[in-house]
Order: sequence, then C-alpha cells, then structure tokens
Amino acid sequence: MNAPVTDPELNAFLDGELAPARRAEVELWLAAHPDAVMRLEHYLAQREALHRLFNPVLDEALPDALQQAAVAPAPPGWWRRWPWQQVAAGVLMACVGAAGGWFARDHQVVAPLASTVASSVPLPRQAAVAHAVFSPDVKRPVEISAEHEDQLVTWLSKRLGTAVRPPHLGPLGFELIGGRLLPGNNGPVAQFMYHDASGQRLTLYVSTENAGNRDAAFRFAREGAVNVFYWIDGRFGYALSAGIPKDELARVATAVYEQLERR
Amino acid sequence: MDSTAILAELPRLRRYARALVGDKAAADDLVQDTLERAWSRLARWRPGSDLRTWLFAIMHNLRIDQLRHGAPECVPIDEEAHVLPVRASQSDRIELDNLAEALAQVPEEQRAVLLLISLEEMSYAEVAATLDIPLGTVMSRLSRGRERLRQILTGDRASPRLRVVR
Repeated sequence: MNAPVTDPELNAFLDGELAPARRAEVELWLAAHPDAVMRLEHYLAQREALHRLFNPVLDEALPDALQQAAVAPAPPGWWRRWPWQQVAAGVLMACVGAAGGWFARDHQVVAPLASTVASSVPLPRQAAVAHAVFSPDVKRPVEISAEHEDQLVTWLSKRLGTAVRPPHLGPLGFELIGGRLLPGNNGPVAQFMYHDASGQRLTLYVSTENAGNRDAAFRFAREGAVNVFYWIDGRFGYALSAGIPKDELARVATAVYEQLERR
Repeated sequence: MDSTAILAELPRLRRYARALVGDKAAADDLVQDTLERAWSRLARWRPGSDLRTWLFAIMHNLRIDQLRHGAPECVPIDEEAHVLPVRASQSDRIELDNLAEALAQVPEEQRAVLLLISLEEMSYAEVAATLDIPLGTVMSRLSRGRERLRQILTGDRASPRLRVVR
C-alpha cells in the first residue's frame, strides 16, 4: 500500500533526495500521472534556464570593492560600518574622541566582543587586518602625522607605557606617514604607517603584550593580499605588513629589526 | 579563514545575490556587506566547517535585515497586476527574458530556497543549515516556489490564484 505522493516528494525525487524505496514507488506513480511528469520536466527546464541566465555572473570580473572586501572591509561607507570594522580589526577602542556619546555607547556594547575577538586572533592576523583597514584610507590613514613625530612618539610611548619609536626606512624608499593607537588583546598597541614614492603603503604593528612569550625569530604569514613578517622580542611583538612581494618585505623587515636591535 | 578561501566563494555569492535581488548594484552591495560581516565575525568561524554555507547564511541574515528595515519587497497585489505577456512556449526551453521577471514575482522566502537548490545545487540539508529552517520547511518552500514559477512562466490559469503575501 503506497502513501499518496506529495508535491514536496516529487521535488525530492527530482533532486535525488528521496530514499531509494520511496523512489521506486514515486516512479510507479508517475507512470500513471503524466501531468506530474510534465511539471517535473518544467522544473528541470527551470534549473537549466536559471543556470543559463545567471552563470555568466561567475565569469564577470570582480569589482574592486568586492575584491578589497574579501580581504577586509572597504573604505567607502566606513563611518557607517565603523563598529564592524572595529571589531574586525580588534581596533574598537581607537581613540577617535570626537564622536562622544554614541561612540561610548557602542563601546560598552561591543567591547567585550572585541576583546574576545582579539584574544583569539594571532599577532600577524591582527596586524594584517589593521593594515587592510587603515592603509587604503586616503583622508585619515593615521591619527598623528609624521610632521609631528615628536608628539607621536611621546603619546604612543606614554600610552604603551614604554618607549616606542618608529624606525626610519628612508634608505629603503619608505617615508613615515604617521601612526595611531589601537587596542590589542589587553591594552593598547601602536601602528606606524609608511609609504613609498609609488604610494605603496606599509605598516608596522607594535604590541607590548607578549609577557608570556619567548622570543621568536622572523616568521612569515600571508593574509589574503597582505604579506606579514612578524617577530617577538621580549615583551614586544612586531608585525610588518604590506601588499608587496615577500622578498621585498623581508628586506624592509630586516632593516626594521636591525634598527630596533640597536636601540 | 583566509582571503583566498573567501575569494574562491565570491563568484557564487555574487551569482546567488544577483538571482535573489535582481538588481546588479544592490546584489553586489549585499555581497560586500556579507564579506564585511564575515570579517567582523572571524572569531565565530569554526575552522573545518563549511565556509560556503557560513557565508551564504550571513548573506541570508543580512538580506532579512534589509527586507525588514528597507524598502518593502515588491509583491504583486492582484491577479491583473502580475499577468505577464508570456507566450505559451512552443519549446521546453524557457525564455530568459521572462525568467528574471517571473523569478522576481516568486515570494522571496520561496525564491531563496529555489535558487539555493536549483542554481547553487545545495542539498536540502545544506539549505536547512544555511537558512536555519527545518528540512520540512525547505521542502515545502521549494515545491511552492517551483510551482509558482511554473505558473507564472506558463500562464497556467487553472492553478490556484496567487495569494496576497504579507
């Protein structure tokens, strides 16, 4: 005794989602119901037509905005998306003062989440995301520009509780743009940004939260389009990020390392 | 999760968004919002789980927010308004010109399921996970969506009248 065949079952038959036993019953039933067969044929034609209509999308060139967003949130509309980006980058508590009330509110709501995110995100990834978020920013890539390097150094050193100074990479073709303060896992971290003559940007992420870690030699990580060299020196963790080839970045990383060693 | 894996999913996310939303710019905006939210939820991504389902689920939730807060979905309100100048097709092949328009007239919750299965070729279980609905709901929405689309495309008047939805 066969149960009546329902519409969902007919569809499941078509999609190969029906149990074999029931499948045989449905086949038998279909033999006596040409109208149902016609409908199934139309559903198959739908499937074929949907592919014909929308498959060309697969071959379209990806818009730049989407390609960037695959690495990190894109700049357009970034004020609106600020809280998301903050969480994404683990940069929620960046001191962007002015926004006052609403910011403080968001802050409280999202801060616990941000710290959770940050604690689970390793140094190179945090650095790469911070790089991806801030380096495309034309208007406000840094909080304090290189013109006020003294202020920048004083401020960041005070906030990080230790002397922090951006290395000079002029001989390698990279000039300092400036820097900013970001939240790390448990406290502030610093980001210095540089660019070369072609506008290519490079960031150095400096964290002072590595009390429990042993020193680690140069390591390389690739996060999407961003290459990262990172190393740990005492309580300092450094990560150098840029969208430039690995060997080129290695040269800069070596120079940074040597300058920091000499201090 | 890394960008390479996400990049690999992008073409499919775009195809689905285009089919679901219709408008190209609006569809790409939805994809972009999806990527941004995905990055913001990095910590919730379980390595080893299906990235594609995760991304499609994020997109689905964003789309629901959009529909809730944004412009109301266009739903035909009477029989007259949605009758399409569809010629009874001589061949079995569906005219693509009609398809996009007809698809837009299928209620979105049915359209989403129909597209995930017929276009994205997900299994019923994957669709249930993506949309966070029971398997039975996947099956009923699919069967109603396909039948609705068929009626619109073939101008099948003998079929039950379209109800006013929401």
